[in-house]
Order: sequence, then structure tokens, then C-alpha cells
Amino acid sequence: MTERMRHQISQALKKQLADYIEIRIEEREASRIQYRGRELEEVGRNTSLGGNVRALINGGWGFVSFNELDGLREKVELAVRQARLVGKEVSSFAPVAPVVEVVEPEAGKHPTTIPLTQKKSLLDEYNEIIWSTPKVQTSVISYGDAAKKVIFANSEGSYIEQTKMDISTRIAVVARENGDVQQASLSLGSNGDFGFMQGLHQQVKEAAQRAVALLSAPHFKGGEYTIVLDPILAGVFTHEAFGHLSESDFVYENDRLKEIMVLGRRFGGEHLNIVDGAAIPGLRGSYKYDDEGVTSTKTYLIREGVLVGRLHSRETATKMGEMPTGNARALDYRHPPIVRMTNTFIEPGSVSFEEMVGDIKEGVYVKNWYGGMTSMEMFTFSAGEAYMIRNGKIEELLRPVVLSGNVFVTLENIDAIGNDLEMNQGGGCGKGAQSPLPVSNGSPHIRMRKCLVGGR
Amino acid sequence: MEKVLELAKKAAEEAEVFLVSSQETPVGFEANRLKRLETRESISLSLRIIKEGRVGFAATTKLSDPKALVQMAVETAQFGVEARFALPSRQEYPQVEVYDPEVESIHVEDMVELGNSLMAKVRDHTPELVCEAGVTKNRGRVRILNSRGGEANYNKSFFAIGIEGTLIRDTDMLFVGEMDSSCRPITDLTALTGTVTQQIERARNTASISSAELPVVFTPHGVLSAFLAPLALAFNGKMVVQGASPLAGSQGKQLFDTRLSLWDDATIDYRPASRLCDDEGMPSQKTALIEKGMVANFLYDLQTAALAGARSTGSGNRARGSMPSPSVSALIIEEGDTPFEEMVRDIKEGLVVEQLIGAEQGNVLGGEFSGNVLLGYKVERGEIVGRVKDTMVSGNIYNALKELTAIGNEAKWIGGILRTPAIYCPRLAVASKG
Repeated sequence: MTERMRHQISQALKKQLADYIEIRIEEREASRIQYRGRELEEVGRNTSLGGNVRALINGGWGFVSFNELDGLREKVELAVRQARLVGKEVSSFAPVAPVVEVVEPEAGKHPTTIPLTQKKSLLDEYNEIIWSTPKVQTSVISYGDAAKKVIFANSEGSYIEQTKMDISTRIAVVARENGDVQQASLSLGSNGDFGFMQGLHQQVKEAAQRAVALLSAPHFKGGEYTIVLDPILAGVFTHEAFGHLSESDFVYENDRLKEIMVLGRRFGGEHLNIVDGAAIPGLRGSYKYDDEGVTSTKTYLIREGVLVGRLHSRETATKMGEMPTGNARALDYRHPPIVRMTNTFIEPGSVSFEEMVGDIKEGVYVKNWYGGMTSMEMFTFSAGEAYMIRNGKIEELLRPVVLSGNVFVTLENIDAIGNDLEMNQGGGCGKGAQSPLPVSNGSPHIRMRKCLVGGR
Repeated sequence: MEKVLELAKKAAEEAEVFLVSSQETPVGFEANRLKRLETRESISLSLRIIKEGRVGFAATTKLSDPKALVQMAVETAQFGVEARFALPSRQEYPQVEVYDPEVESIHVEDMVELGNSLMAKVRDHTPELVCEAGVTKNRGRVRILNSRGGEANYNKSFFAIGIEGTLIRDTDMLFVGEMDSSCRPITDLTALTGTVTQQIERARNTASISSAELPVVFTPHGVLSAFLAPLALAFNGKMVVQGASPLAGSQGKQLFDTRLSLWDDATIDYRPASRLCDDEGMPSQKTALIEKGMVANFLYDLQTAALAGARSTGSGNRARGSMPSPSVSALIIEEGDTPFEEMVRDIKEGLVVEQLIGAEQGNVLGGEFSGNVLLGYKVERGEIVGRVKDTMVSGNIYNALKELTAIGNEAKWIGGILRTPAIYCPRLAVASKG
């Protein structure tokens, strides 16, 4: 399809009157397997082909998405008409040198070519482990993989083809006793390599045992505590508490927010460094070019505790007088790109786990995640596992807890950063109607003073 | 469609084709002004087959290649779940109005005008508010065809308008907002602006609240953010069949306050969640879930109904490109008899919850909710005195809804999926940074 498509795209873009136009065409192939209980509940395959046109005139945007690729030129004209109706100012759009490149997918990574039988027999093994655990009520195992080819072209002469792969899985165990229902789960993913799906037997067994153990775990009294976060949950914290605030589309047209988020503002101690970047290879948020054809980067958001950067699209970068960072991403062809995170993490420090826990009199050790959410200022994130810490020792398992904080004080309350960075590749990120977008996040173990923990 | 069905019938014993298409026109406003106009067209065709007693499934947007679609479905059928149901033959459908041609004929310019006037009204009240707004119209079409002669075909119109305002003082951020949706055009902005300006008024001051067990009133928005997710899961037939719902086996038991009645209804004219039949072609209906505190029924699609030995409640839903699965259409909680002001007057120290964040991230299946109060107000000696911050509310619906102090006398649609009055709980755990 490529040659003909390329020709159609260049014809459609010819002699159009707009400040900027881009066309994105996507072809996707996906498969999905879901077990509920002992039975395989759903196995399905899905193919799609679709595209969109986005046009910019005098600061106003037009956007047209479609499944039917015929009449591309008319679709461009419609987007141009829409943009003209909206635009009343001057377009701000960071200049980027045109790129013509076909990015070859990495060899040996094509999850959609692995036969369903092979995927299924592995999931069967894990389900067997779950069901051999007493008091398990049911299990939910979902697995999905997708490969998509994206063609991007714009009115500045860029033409980029990229192939993107994604695999994600969630293995959840539900235990029940009387009316009480508890869950424990495992969320993992990769940017195409099926290997991570193998050898999860021990982790699955532990999740099953944990779900059962939660039935007899005590409730937790809410309040302010010193907490230690494991790398997985600290990664979710980084994403929710600070990452979303770094997305400039939230900031760039709000003068008050620009004052708050001024570069140079101190957010945490000198040991705190937070980074985001799609240029870091091999992770679920990795890519070469974003959905505006901008080369990916690695961006320091916080360096030595001070705000030094943020995530940009071409429009937000120009409006804030900064450089684009290659963070404009669209979930799929049905949506325009917006500013998103990619791979976000706290860089490792020097404190060992033992030192971190050692001087806590009463606190909570929180691990693993259920989810997280932010309103920019206040955020919450929930732990899959929580343990009491008393006199420097990790003690009994508690019911799952939700943690909450205020970004303008919480980062300052981080008083220890571990030496053991780990990346979390499970789940996905939601923003607006665009969810779940593949991202990764990570951190070493961190300790936080005065964290608000919900409980009853 | 007919072609796909014909090919599929040759490859399998039973087949069902589902076609959904839509044309959506969103108008978006950012930072108090018009930012973008969009047109989104989409179409998706899915095929479900029963081959050697097992279900196969495939979906595509490429209508030009029916053979490939049938082949994918056949490939998955060898691993598929055992089909416990029969596809429905031709059914009688209730009269449910969900299409108004007026929606389609609204001009984009009028939508722009509507969005602008909504923002202007709210900013008349508070000029420093930075607003985002959206006005959307949509026309959808659904067709279902199966090998037993079952057939459904309907159009649906949709119109929505919403606003979100941000008010920033130092590092303090206040978020207010409201949205409304219908199958008919919305032109009256009074209720929308009234809600937003009331939120701003109530949040004008900030107040600190004790960490303790306190009385809590959930506004209709608050009910949505705390209770909707656990209720929707608990009554989902799939969770019930697996025994994963805490309500499994509780049919007929009195587990909630005797004044609490809840039902699911997809038959109300011009509501966004309404339709004449579900995505498997089963007729829509009104299903009682809680009757005066007693667990009445659960929501089923064809497969889960068969597993439960029950009848489908017309609750088979397909998220984009997936297999049908039971889910709620529109949940409705019956009104009580207490005005909101009276609930507030009753409280010495307590909380009014308008919106929680993160409440849906804990053990929702177990009925737990625990969230940060994004928008909520402290009540002191019978009066709302200001907005609370850095505060969490936690509870479990099976305790919280067991004994209520009162249920509001005025129900309101929230997000097109829930109609509810305010709910007043006597005691819930509140944790706050003093």
C-alpha cells in the first residue's frame, strides 16, 4: 500500500492554503485473550485502517478523522475550512526540519506472529497456579498485543513511516470469604518483546497468596504517616504527582500557571532528579519520532530539586519560548496529538533500602499499584500492597491503601532516594478521551514524610 | 453485511454481524476561546460465530475484505469459550425514541455560539476563571443481523455540552465544571451555569476539617464519583456468575437502607444511554437492582444469563471492537424526601462531597471507595463554610449504604449514565492534613 499511499498523500497536500497541514494513516493488527475464572472467556482479533488530517490557520485547528481513505484531498480541504473558521490570531508552531525516513522495526519483535496456541498455553500455566491456591474465588487474566504501522506526512515535506508494537497483560486474583472480596494483581508490558511473559510463575503464585492473605489483613487507620514506596509505586507517584503537571498544554495559555511553573522554582531536595524521554530505548514509551514528526528527546524536568524543563508539542513550545521535546502523541488516528509523557522516572540516589526503613518508628511500606489520578495540584495513587513498619522493621500486611498528596509540598517531603532504579511497564496512561496510551515509569525506593493515607 | 453473514454461515453453525458507524462533530474551546473544529467519522464491523459449539470473534474497520474477517473469527473459534446461548430470532422491540433529526441540522456556527455564551455567562460571575468547553453533536447508526433471522436497525442522535473552569490563587487550584447530554439539542444553559457558579460560591473560602468519623453528604456528582463504579461492578452478571461480586448469592436479601431503590433503564426517551435493543439484539428493558434495600436482580447478556440460569436483561454492550459483555445502561436511584439544605442544617461538623479523585482505584470490586476530595465543602453548625483540601474520604458501599440518614428529594442526571438525588451517610472516615 505504501507507494500508492505516499503518492495520494502528496497529491492531497498540494496547493492547500494553510499555515500547516499533516496527514496520519494507521494500519493496526491486534489480538486479545481474556480468561475469567478457569475458562477462556474471550479470544478475538481486530484489524483497523484509518487516518486523519489536521490543519492550522491563524492559530485555529481543523481535524478530520476517517476509516475510508478515498477522497483524501476533500478531507484535507474540509480540515482547512474548519481551521479557517476558527483561526483569528497568529499561528505559533515551532519550526522543525523536515524528515523523510522509513524507520525499520527492531528484528525479532513481532508479537502478532506468535501463534495463539503458544500464548494460550502459557496463560493456562499461570491460571493453573492461581487455581491451586486455596480460597481463591476467581481470576481474571487479560493479554493484548498490537502492531501498528503509522505513516506521517506534513505540508513541510516530512514523510515518516514507523512501526509500533505493544504488549500488555494483567493477571488478577480475587479471593473471597463470606461477603469480603479482596484482589491482588500483576501488571506488565513491553514494547514488542514477548519474553517478559515467560517465567512469571513465582510472581503469579505470590499474587494469589497475597489476595488470600488480604482477607485476614487488618484495616488501617487513615492519617499522616512516613511511607516508603517501592520502585513500581514510586514510578506511578512520579507520573501522577509531577509528570502530568509537566505537560505544557495544561500550562501554556494560563498566565497564573506559568507563574507557578516558572523554570527555576524549587520543588524538592538536591537529591531529586526527574526525567522523561521517548529517546530512552526499549521501553513502552519509546519511539523515534512523535506524532508531529519531531525527533524524540530525553528531558530533565527536575534537576537537583529545581524545575528545569517540561514536555512540549510544537505549539506549546513556541508559545512558551522553549524547544519542542517530541512529546506530542495521539492514542490512534481518531485523535489529534496532545502533550503526553513517555518514559518518566526518578534517577537513583545513594540510600540503601535498609537505611531507609531503619530509622522509621511507625510508618507504612507500600508496594505495587492499582492506579493513580491527578488534578495537577492534588493527586492520589493507590498501593496494591501495604505493610506496617515498626521500629525499622517491615511487619504485618494491611488492607490496600490509597495515598494522596499535594504536589507543591509532597516532593519536598521526599527525604531519601534509593540506589535501585526499576521501570514499571504495566498499565497505561489516560488523558482526555485518549486512554490507555503506552507509557512506562519508574524510580528507586523512596521515603516520604507526612503522606496522607486514606483508611478506616 | 449480508455478504459477511452469508460467508460466515458457510464456515460456522451460527453467525452474527454487528455494524456501528458514527459521524461526530466536536467543537473545542481552550483558554476562553474557540480552538478547534473537528469531524470524526468511524465505522466498525464485527463478526461473532459459533463453530463446533465454541465462540469465535473478529472485528475490523476494513469493510472491503469480508473473507479475512470470517477467517480471523474461525481461527479464534478453536480456542473460544463454549457457547451457552442461542442468538435471538426476530424480536419485538419497545418504542424508545433516541433519534432527533434536529441535532444533525444544527450548524457548527450555532455550536460555537453556544459554547461562547456558556463561557461568557460563567465568566460574568468570575472573570478570572480560565475555561475549557466543548460542544459535540453525533449521529450514530447500529445494525445487527444474525443467522436465526434476528435483525435490528436504528439511528441515534447525541448532543453534549460541557465546561471546566480553573481558578488559581498562588498554588491553590480550584476546578469547577458541569456537563449535560441528550439525544436532542440542548439550548438552555441556565442549569449548567447555575451549577458552576454555585460551586465557585461554595468554594470561595477554604476550611480545615477534623480527621475523624464524620457525617458526609454526597451531592449527585459526589454519588457518581464514590458509588457508581462499585455498584456497576457488583450488579454485573459476569461478576455475579463468577462469585466475584460481594452480592453473588444475595438476591432477595435486605443489604441496603430500606429507602434505597436502584434500577437500570435503557428505555427512557432521548436519554444518551437509551436504545431499543442491546448490542446482541435483545430488547431493552427497565431492571430493578435494589428494591427498598433488597437485592432484586443482576444485569446479564446472553452468555452470562445462560450461565446464571436467568434471562438476558438486554445489557449486552460492546465497547469499540470487542465481544458483548454485560454492563449498565443508565442507573437511576429513587428520590427520597429530604431537601439538600435540610441535610446540611442537620450537621454539626461534616462534609459535602461534590467530587472525589482516585476513588475508583482501590478494591472497587470489594465495594471500597477511598479518594481525595477534589471538590467538597466543610459543614459547620448547619452551614457550608468553605472548601476542604488535602482531605480523603474512605468507606465501603456495603456499610455506607446500609443505613442512611437521608436521601435527597431532587434527582439529577449526571453524565448521562446516572440519575440520582443527594445521599447523606451518618458516618464515614475522613482523613485530613490539618
